[in-house]
Amino acid sequence: MSKQKDFVKFENVDKSYDGKILVVKNLQLDIAEGEFITMLGPSGSGKTTCLMMLAGFETPTNGEIYLGGKAISSIPPHKRGIGMVFQNYALFPHMTVYENLAFPLRVRKIPKDEADKKIDKALSMVSLQGFASRMPGQLSGGQQQRVAVARSLVFDPQLVLMDEPLGALDKNLRESMQYEIKHIHESIGVTVVYVTHDQSEALTMSNRIAVFNDGKVQQLSSPDELYEKPVNSFVAEFIGENNTFNGEVSDISGGKCKVKLTNAEIMANPISVKSKGEKTKVSLRPERALINPQDKMDNIHNGKIEEVIYHGDHTRVRINLLGNPEFILKVPNSSANLDIKLGNEIKIGWNSEDARALDPK
Amino acid sequence: MSSETKQILTTDGIPLEVSLKKAEKKNKIKAFLLVAPLLFFLIITYVFPIGDMLFRSVDDKMVTQMLPKTFKAMETWDGKELPDEEVFAAFHEDFIKLVEDKREGKLSTQLNYTKNGFKSIIKKLRRASKKFEEGNYKEQIMSVHKRWADVEYWRAIQRRAPEFTGQKYLKGMDMYVNEEGKIVSVGEDRRIHRVLWLRTLEIAFFVTVFCFLMAYPIAHLLATLPMKYSNLLMICVLLPFWTSLLVRTASWMILLQQQGIVNDFFVGIGLVADDNRPEMMYNKTGSYVAMTQILLPFMVLPLYSVMKTISPSLMRAGKSLGGTPFVAFWKVYFPLTIPGIGAGCLLVFILAIGYYITPALVGGASGTLISNQIAFHMKSTLDWSFASAMGLMLLSGVLVIYWLYNKIVGIDNIKLG
Repeated sequence: MSKQKDFVKFENVDKSYDGKILVVKNLQLDIAEGEFITMLGPSGSGKTTCLMMLAGFETPTNGEIYLGGKAISSIPPHKRGIGMVFQNYALFPHMTVYENLAFPLRVRKIPKDEADKKIDKALSMVSLQGFASRMPGQLSGGQQQRVAVARSLVFDPQLVLMDEPLGALDKNLRESMQYEIKHIHESIGVTVVYVTHDQSEALTMSNRIAVFNDGKVQQLSSPDELYEKPVNSFVAEFIGENNTFNGEVSDISGGKCKVKLTNAEIMANPISVKSKGEKTKVSLRPERALINPQDKMDNIHNGKIEEVIYHGDHTRVRINLLGNPEFILKVPNSSANLDIKLGNEIKIGWNSEDARALDPK
Repeated sequence: MSSETKQILTTDGIPLEVSLKKAEKKNKIKAFLLVAPLLFFLIITYVFPIGDMLFRSVDDKMVTQMLPKTFKAMETWDGKELPDEEVFAAFHEDFIKLVEDKREGKLSTQLNYTKNGFKSIIKKLRRASKKFEEGNYKEQIMSVHKRWADVEYWRAIQRRAPEFTGQKYLKGMDMYVNEEGKIVSVGEDRRIHRVLWLRTLEIAFFVTVFCFLMAYPIAHLLATLPMKYSNLLMICVLLPFWTSLLVRTASWMILLQQQGIVNDFFVGIGLVADDNRPEMMYNKTGSYVAMTQILLPFMVLPLYSVMKTISPSLMRAGKSLGGTPFVAFWKVYFPLTIPGIGAGCLLVFILAIGYYITPALVGGASGTLISNQIAFHMKSTLDWSFASAMGLMLLSGVLVIYWLYNKIVGIDNIKLG
């Protein structure tokens, strides 16, 4: 069976709750079958609204959503056959784990022996065999989360939605659950739409990430592309750490541009600037700037070390560079970098290709 | 774990366990002293009156103390034929003493409870006894009235001999001990209490059902509406609470009377003819309507407090898993509200079963409850022991319902907020 490219399709979808403010603006989004796609964004960016529209708990104000080629706006949630994992698990507290998992099968009138097999399979998928007769209240947060995942998968839906499912777990558990969900996704090949505001979660798990802000998808791309090649300054700042310089384009030629800062000039990679005189914000990942660069780099400047924070495997160094006192460097903890001391003047260098001149916002 | 744990000592050398217990004891005494006023208050205002009520309902010492010699003489009497002279002499002696103390009236009232017809013959006996000669009291007393020569009346006196009696309870169930000492029902035309008990249960049951049917959607709305609307609705629910019970009942009287607003409205929309206005008050309908409205908050509040804790995502989960809205409601939402339903129903039923003012005002003859009968005996007939007996029967009825509820639903499942 060939995988459908636009298994889920948002077409010109608008959503407004009060008729005044659009929380989702003209959304276009295609999700391929079997894909793990994450909607990432700050709270209020419209990502959960999109998920709720897909699940059927909200209706689009304009536009249409297609699932497997069929328009679903007029189909009630219980007929869409979409599995869903909720933020606070939403396990039925008065039913045992078995009954929770049996619920979607029972409403589909699946015979009991077949249902039992499916439940066993789902429970073993989240390694919770032997917990069938427990009540949700007797389980830990992580176990409840796994039951919720198993319940959303037990009736073999083609699409599973997850609404910040790991938000309530502690850091370690969250990380191990991230891998667990990723592995489940890989092993059964179900399409997953995942909502989170945690960028590391999004980067770890997804095939593609849709970064939401202000009701719009700012960028839709694979995690590495999103991190390495942000298309605008919101994405650059939202994903990972970022050093910025505000300035004005003074020259643009041959895939490079000169950006004039208040008292210096740097070379950058023009992404969203087209011509001379445009205001821009240059974005540079901390790990792309090197101390005392050996190779030939087209940006080399002097800075003063303002702060040194030891992080075990690396050291974060805050440098006052070119009028930006918040310039961060991540220095790997190797013996070559022992001269990093507070107050020292050091040389910092980076390639203009890594310094992306984005919109000035 | 090793069983030879060493005893831990404090710095003073006292075992830690002893020292901790000592410290805790002090705290316990302090805590007890804090609750002691309430405890005494409860004992005085609750335990003591109920104990007194229980005692009163079975206490029958009055007649026993008024006729001590008579009952002593009656011990050997088999009750088949008229007692012999010894009993009559003893009765005369007791009676003269009562007349001297001016207490023969009370005796006549008491004996009249047991058997009708004592009042007049005791009056006659008092007048006649002034002229009695010494000796042969049997002949003299029997000649006062023919009933004094009737063995039935002497048996009636004998039945009052024990210090304690369960007769009031039997009377509450329209039963009595007949001349042969058997427990039988009173004649069908005089069975007023059974009707009242059944009606009380019926009205309490239906008021609970009506309250539940109305409160469930309201509570759901309260729990799900946005704050600013739900606060307003909450005030609407609570407003009757802040109004005097009497005022609310009176307002129902204005609404429900035959020339009242509700009837006017029905006539206005042509539902009923003007000359055939239905009676909605002074009957069961009045009791149903007014009690349901007055008890509604007691159902809404427990339901609301339970529904408030049910996450809306549970219903969504139910639907996203493929349940129709009805299935999601019935399998997910409804079972989670059972603690609130239990609490609300128990509360309303128990309040309704002992309701007094409202049925007294709008219930009329066919809408009054057992509590009105109790009040009647407290205030009008002054038969306090009978009122106490019925009060206790009501109390034990409530306890039985509570017990049943605990058996069926489980009292841990209750949630009052």
